Amino acid sequence: MNGPALKLTRRYRFAASHRLHSAELSQAENARLYGKCNHPYGHGHDYILEVTVRGELDPETGVLAPLKELDDLVEAKVLKLFRNRNINMDVPQFRELAPTTENVALVIAQILEAAWRDAFGGRGVSLDRVHIQETERNGFELLLDEVVERKKTARLKEVHA
Amino acid sequence: MYITRKAEFSASHVCRLAGRSDEENHAIYGEAAHAHGHGHNYIVEVTIQGEPDPLTGMIMDLKELKEILDREIVQPMDHRFLNYEVPPFDTVVPTPENVALEIWRRLDRGLAACGTGRLSRVRLHETADLYVDVERGAALRQ
Repeated sequence: MNGPALKLTRRYRFAASHRLHSAELSQAENARLYGKCNHPYGHGHDYILEVTVRGELDPETGVLAPLKELDDLVEAKVLKLFRNRNINMDVPQFRELAPTTENVALVIAQILEAAWRDAFGGRGVSLDRVHIQETERNGFELLLDEVVERKKTARLKEVHA
Repeated sequence: MYITRKAEFSASHVCRLAGRSDEENHAIYGEAAHAHGHGHNYIVEVTIQGEPDPLTGMIMDLKELKEILDREIVQPMDHRFLNYEVPPFDTVVPTPENVALEIWRRLDRGLAACGTGRLSRVRLHETADLYVDVERGAALRQ
Protein backbone atom coordinates (compact mmCIF):
# COMPACT_ATOMS: atom_id res chain seq x y z
CA MET A 1 0.00 0.00 0.00
CA ASN A 2 1.38 3.37 -1.01
CA GLY A 3 1.18 6.42 1.19
CA PRO A 4 -2.10 8.31 1.31
CA ALA A 5 -3.19 10.47 -1.63
CA LEU A 6 -3.38 14.21 -1.16
CA LYS A 7 -5.91 16.57 -2.69
CA LEU A 8 -6.77 20.21 -2.24
CA THR A 9 -10.13 21.75 -3.04
CA ARG A 10 -10.72 25.44 -3.54
CA ARG A 11 -14.20 26.96 -3.72
CA TYR A 12 -15.05 29.92 -5.98
CA ARG A 13 -18.30 31.74 -6.66
CA PHE A 14 -19.76 33.46 -9.68
CA ALA A 15 -23.18 34.82 -10.58
CA ALA A 16 -24.40 34.30 -14.13
CA SER A 17 -27.56 33.88 -16.13
CA HIS A 18 -28.48 31.26 -18.67
CA ARG A 19 -31.34 29.95 -20.74
CA LEU A 20 -31.70 26.31 -21.66
CA HIS A 21 -32.70 26.08 -25.28
CA SER A 22 -31.73 23.72 -28.06
CA ALA A 23 -31.73 25.01 -31.63
CA GLU A 24 -32.46 21.48 -32.81
CA LEU A 25 -35.80 21.30 -31.03
CA SER A 26 -39.06 23.12 -31.72
CA GLN A 27 -40.30 25.80 -29.37
CA ALA A 28 -42.90 23.42 -27.95
CA GLU A 29 -40.30 20.67 -27.44
CA ASN A 30 -37.89 23.11 -25.77
CA ALA A 31 -40.64 24.30 -23.44
CA ARG A 32 -41.55 20.72 -22.58
CA LEU A 33 -37.96 19.56 -22.07
CA TYR A 34 -36.48 22.48 -20.15
CA GLY A 35 -39.62 23.84 -18.46
CA LYS A 36 -39.03 27.14 -16.69
CA CYS A 37 -35.33 27.00 -17.62
CA ASN A 38 -36.52 27.76 -21.18
CA HIS A 39 -38.26 31.05 -20.31
CA PRO A 40 -37.27 33.44 -23.13
CA TYR A 41 -35.08 35.92 -21.27
CA GLY A 42 -33.19 33.44 -19.10
CA HIS A 43 -32.56 33.47 -15.37
CA GLY A 44 -29.56 33.43 -13.06
CA HIS A 45 -27.79 31.48 -10.35
CA ASP A 46 -25.06 32.04 -7.81
CA TYR A 47 -22.87 29.21 -8.95
CA ILE A 48 -20.31 27.67 -6.62
CA LEU A 49 -17.35 26.16 -8.40
CA GLU A 50 -15.04 23.71 -6.64
CA VAL A 51 -11.71 22.90 -8.23
CA THR A 52 -9.79 19.93 -6.82
CA VAL A 53 -6.12 19.29 -7.52
CA ARG A 54 -4.14 16.22 -6.56
CA GLY A 55 -0.53 15.23 -6.58
CA GLU A 56 2.77 15.41 -4.80
CA LEU A 57 3.52 17.81 -2.01
CA ASP A 58 6.46 20.10 -2.66
CA PRO A 59 8.76 18.84 0.10
CA GLU A 60 10.25 22.26 0.79
CA THR A 61 7.18 24.49 0.81
CA GLY A 62 4.60 21.93 1.97
CA VAL A 63 2.08 22.96 -0.69
CA LEU A 64 0.54 21.05 -3.59
CA ALA A 65 0.25 24.23 -5.62
CA PRO A 66 0.62 27.82 -4.43
CA LEU A 67 -2.96 28.98 -3.82
CA LYS A 68 -2.34 32.32 -5.45
CA GLU A 69 -1.31 30.63 -8.67
CA LEU A 70 -4.40 28.42 -8.64
CA ASP A 71 -6.62 31.39 -7.80
CA ASP A 72 -5.04 33.51 -10.53
CA LEU A 73 -5.49 30.75 -13.10
CA VAL A 74 -9.15 30.17 -12.24
CA GLU A 75 -9.79 33.92 -12.14
CA ALA A 76 -8.13 34.61 -15.49
CA LYS A 77 -9.42 31.60 -17.41
CA VAL A 78 -12.83 30.91 -15.86
CA LEU A 79 -14.27 33.48 -13.48
CA LYS A 80 -13.54 36.44 -15.75
CA LEU A 81 -15.37 34.65 -18.54
CA PHE A 82 -18.51 33.80 -16.55
CA ARG A 83 -18.87 36.30 -13.72
CA ASN A 84 -21.95 38.52 -14.07
CA ARG A 85 -22.43 37.34 -17.63
CA ASN A 86 -25.20 35.89 -19.69
CA ILE A 87 -23.65 32.51 -20.48
CA ASN A 88 -25.60 32.03 -23.73
CA MET A 89 -24.70 35.41 -25.13
CA ASP A 90 -21.35 36.26 -23.56
CA VAL A 91 -19.41 33.01 -23.33
CA PRO A 92 -18.28 31.94 -26.82
CA GLN A 93 -18.32 28.22 -26.03
CA PHE A 94 -22.09 28.45 -25.60
CA ARG A 95 -23.03 30.06 -28.89
CA GLU A 96 -24.29 26.66 -30.04
CA LEU A 97 -24.13 24.62 -26.86
CA ALA A 98 -26.97 24.64 -24.31
CA PRO A 99 -25.57 25.99 -21.01
CA THR A 100 -26.81 23.16 -18.84
CA THR A 101 -24.66 22.92 -15.76
CA GLU A 102 -23.32 19.60 -17.08
CA ASN A 103 -22.01 21.53 -20.09
CA VAL A 104 -20.75 24.42 -17.96
CA ALA A 105 -18.77 21.92 -15.85
CA LEU A 106 -17.38 20.25 -18.99
CA VAL A 107 -16.35 23.55 -20.56
CA ILE A 108 -14.70 24.75 -17.35
CA ALA A 109 -12.84 21.44 -17.01
CA GLN A 110 -11.66 21.69 -20.62
CA ILE A 111 -10.53 25.30 -20.17
CA LEU A 112 -8.55 24.39 -17.05
CA GLU A 113 -7.07 21.27 -18.61
CA ALA A 114 -5.95 23.28 -21.66
CA ALA A 115 -4.24 25.86 -19.43
CA TRP A 116 -2.84 23.35 -16.95
CA ARG A 117 0.44 22.51 -18.64
CA ASP A 118 1.49 26.15 -18.87
CA ALA A 119 0.51 26.84 -15.30
CA PHE A 120 1.49 23.67 -13.45
CA GLY A 121 3.25 21.42 -15.98
CA GLY A 122 6.11 19.35 -14.57
CA ARG A 123 5.18 20.16 -10.97
CA GLY A 124 3.53 16.88 -10.05
CA VAL A 125 0.07 18.37 -9.58
CA SER A 126 -2.93 17.62 -11.75
CA LEU A 127 -6.55 18.65 -12.05
CA ASP A 128 -8.69 16.04 -10.30
CA ARG A 129 -12.26 17.29 -10.16
CA VAL A 130 -14.61 20.11 -11.09
CA HIS A 131 -17.79 20.40 -9.08
CA ILE A 132 -20.48 23.00 -9.66
CA GLN A 133 -23.26 23.68 -7.26
CA GLU A 134 -25.91 25.42 -9.38
CA THR A 135 -28.31 25.81 -6.48
CA GLU A 136 -28.22 24.34 -3.00
CA ARG A 137 -30.09 21.37 -4.37
CA ASN A 138 -28.32 20.66 -7.65
CA GLY A 139 -24.67 19.67 -7.81
CA PHE A 140 -22.71 18.50 -10.84
CA GLU A 141 -19.39 16.76 -10.65
CA LEU A 142 -16.75 15.89 -13.18
CA LEU A 143 -13.81 13.64 -12.31
CA LEU A 144 -10.78 13.91 -14.57
CA ASP A 145 -8.75 10.83 -15.03
CA GLU A 146 -5.23 11.86 -15.89
CA VAL A 147 -4.15 8.56 -17.42
CA VAL A 148 -6.48 8.25 -20.39
CA GLU A 149 -7.36 10.84 -22.97
CA ARG A 150 -9.01 13.87 -21.39
CA LYS A 151 -12.34 14.24 -23.02
CA LYS A 152 -13.13 10.56 -22.98
CA THR A 153 -12.35 10.19 -19.34
CA ALA A 154 -14.44 13.03 -18.07
CA ARG A 155 -17.12 11.08 -16.27
CA LEU A 156 -20.21 13.05 -15.52
CA LYS A 157 -22.09 12.36 -12.37
CA GLU A 158 -25.03 14.29 -11.02
CA VAL A 159 -25.15 14.78 -7.28
CA HIS A 160 -28.38 15.66 -5.59
CA ALA A 161 -27.73 17.40 -2.31
CA MET B 1 -19.06 0.84 5.03
CA TYR B 2 -17.88 4.24 6.15
CA ILE B 3 -18.59 6.48 9.10
CA THR B 4 -17.55 10.09 9.38
CA ARG B 5 -17.05 12.03 12.57
CA LYS B 6 -16.39 15.75 12.77
CA ALA B 7 -14.24 17.73 15.21
CA GLU B 8 -13.23 21.36 15.42
CA PHE B 9 -10.28 23.26 16.75
CA SER B 10 -9.21 26.87 16.53
CA ALA B 11 -5.54 27.63 16.14
CA SER B 12 -3.14 30.14 14.72
CA HIS B 13 -0.33 29.54 12.29
CA VAL B 14 2.06 31.26 9.95
CA CYS B 15 3.38 29.87 6.68
CA ARG B 16 6.93 31.02 6.05
CA LEU B 17 10.24 29.51 5.06
CA ALA B 18 13.08 30.78 7.20
CA GLY B 19 15.65 31.13 4.45
CA ARG B 20 13.37 33.09 2.11
CA SER B 21 12.63 36.78 1.69
CA ASP B 22 9.27 38.37 2.48
CA GLU B 23 8.58 38.61 -1.23
CA GLU B 24 9.33 34.97 -1.88
CA ASN B 25 7.22 33.86 1.06
CA HIS B 26 4.28 35.95 -0.11
CA ALA B 27 4.60 34.52 -3.59
CA ILE B 28 4.30 31.00 -2.17
CA TYR B 29 1.89 31.45 0.74
CA GLY B 30 0.12 34.74 0.06
CA GLU B 31 -1.24 36.47 3.16
CA ALA B 32 -0.63 33.32 5.20
CA ALA B 33 2.99 34.48 5.30
CA HIS B 34 2.31 37.55 7.46
CA ALA B 35 5.02 37.25 10.08
CA HIS B 36 2.99 37.31 13.29
CA GLY B 37 0.48 34.71 12.19
CA HIS B 38 -3.30 34.50 12.04
CA GLY B 39 -5.93 31.93 12.96
CA HIS B 40 -8.61 29.61 11.61
CA ASN B 41 -11.56 27.64 12.89
CA TYR B 42 -10.39 24.33 11.51
CA ILE B 43 -12.92 21.56 10.93
CA VAL B 44 -11.73 17.97 10.60
CA GLU B 45 -13.90 15.24 9.11
CA VAL B 46 -12.56 11.78 9.82
CA THR B 47 -13.87 8.83 7.82
CA ILE B 48 -13.44 5.28 9.06
CA GLN B 49 -13.89 2.20 6.91
CA GLY B 50 -14.99 -1.12 8.33
CA GLU B 51 -17.71 -3.72 8.62
CA PRO B 52 -20.29 -3.48 11.37
CA ASP B 53 -19.65 -5.96 14.15
CA PRO B 54 -22.46 -8.58 13.93
CA LEU B 55 -23.09 -8.33 17.65
CA THR B 56 -23.03 -4.56 18.22
CA GLY B 57 -24.03 -3.42 14.72
CA MET B 58 -21.28 -0.81 14.83
CA ILE B 59 -18.08 -0.33 12.80
CA MET B 60 -16.45 1.08 15.87
CA ASP B 61 -17.54 2.65 19.10
CA LEU B 62 -17.98 6.34 18.27
CA LYS B 63 -17.15 7.20 21.86
CA GLU B 64 -13.76 5.67 21.30
CA LEU B 65 -13.28 7.61 18.05
CA LYS B 66 -14.30 10.79 19.85
CA GLU B 67 -11.70 10.10 22.55
CA ILE B 68 -8.96 9.44 20.00
CA LEU B 69 -9.83 12.65 18.12
CA ASP B 70 -9.84 14.55 21.36
CA ARG B 71 -6.55 13.11 22.60
CA GLU B 72 -4.62 13.21 19.32
CA ILE B 73 -5.98 16.38 17.68
CA VAL B 74 -8.23 18.67 19.67
CA GLN B 75 -6.37 18.70 23.01
CA PRO B 76 -2.93 19.31 21.51
CA MET B 77 -4.03 21.78 18.79
CA ASP B 78 -7.04 23.73 20.04
CA HIS B 79 -6.25 27.34 20.97
CA ARG B 80 -2.57 26.89 20.19
CA PHE B 81 -0.15 28.58 17.85
CA LEU B 82 0.79 25.59 15.71
CA ASN B 83 4.29 26.78 14.82
CA TYR B 84 5.31 27.44 18.42
CA GLU B 85 3.34 24.88 20.40
CA VAL B 86 2.58 21.81 18.29
CA PRO B 87 5.44 19.70 16.94
CA PRO B 88 6.35 18.99 14.16
CA PHE B 89 5.25 22.48 13.10
CA ASP B 90 8.29 24.00 14.75
CA THR B 91 10.17 22.70 11.70
CA VAL B 92 7.40 21.76 9.22
CA VAL B 93 5.42 24.61 7.63
CA PRO B 94 1.80 24.26 8.85
CA THR B 95 0.18 24.56 5.44
CA PRO B 96 -3.29 22.99 5.34
CA GLU B 97 -1.70 20.12 3.41
CA ASN B 98 0.85 19.47 6.14
CA VAL B 99 -1.68 19.90 8.97
CA ALA B 100 -3.99 17.38 7.25
CA LEU B 101 -1.09 14.92 6.81
CA GLU B 102 -0.07 15.29 10.46
CA ILE B 103 -3.69 14.64 11.53
CA TRP B 104 -3.70 11.57 9.28
CA ARG B 105 -0.49 10.24 10.91
CA ARG B 106 -1.74 10.81 14.44
CA LEU B 107 -5.12 9.18 13.81
CA ASP B 108 -3.73 6.29 11.80
CA ARG B 109 -1.49 5.50 14.76
CA GLY B 110 -4.24 5.99 17.33
CA LEU B 111 -6.74 3.88 15.41
CA ALA B 112 -4.26 1.09 14.70
CA ALA B 113 -3.74 0.80 18.44
CA CYS B 114 -7.45 0.36 19.14
CA GLY B 115 -7.83 -2.33 16.47
CA THR B 116 -11.25 -1.66 14.97
CA GLY B 117 -12.06 0.25 11.83
CA ARG B 118 -9.46 1.68 9.54
CA LEU B 119 -8.76 5.29 8.69
CA SER B 120 -10.02 6.00 5.18
CA ARG B 121 -9.97 9.76 4.80
CA VAL B 122 -9.10 12.93 6.66
CA ARG B 123 -10.71 16.10 5.32
CA LEU B 124 -9.43 19.31 6.87
CA HIS B 125 -11.36 22.51 6.22
CA GLU B 126 -9.16 25.52 6.79
CA THR B 127 -11.82 28.01 5.68
CA ALA B 128 -15.25 27.68 4.06
CA ASP B 129 -13.49 27.94 0.69
CA LEU B 130 -10.54 25.61 1.17
CA TYR B 131 -10.18 22.01 2.23
CA VAL B 132 -7.58 19.28 1.92
CA ASP B 133 -8.22 15.53 1.67
CA VAL B 134 -5.82 12.80 2.67
CA GLU B 135 -7.09 9.46 1.38
CA ARG B 136 -5.87 5.94 1.73
CA GLY B 137 -4.67 4.48 -1.60
CA ALA B 138 -6.20 4.81 -5.03
CA ALA B 139 -8.58 1.90 -4.38
CA LEU B 140 -10.74 4.20 -2.29
CA ARG B 141 -11.28 6.64 -5.13
CA GLN B 142 -15.05 7.37 -5.32
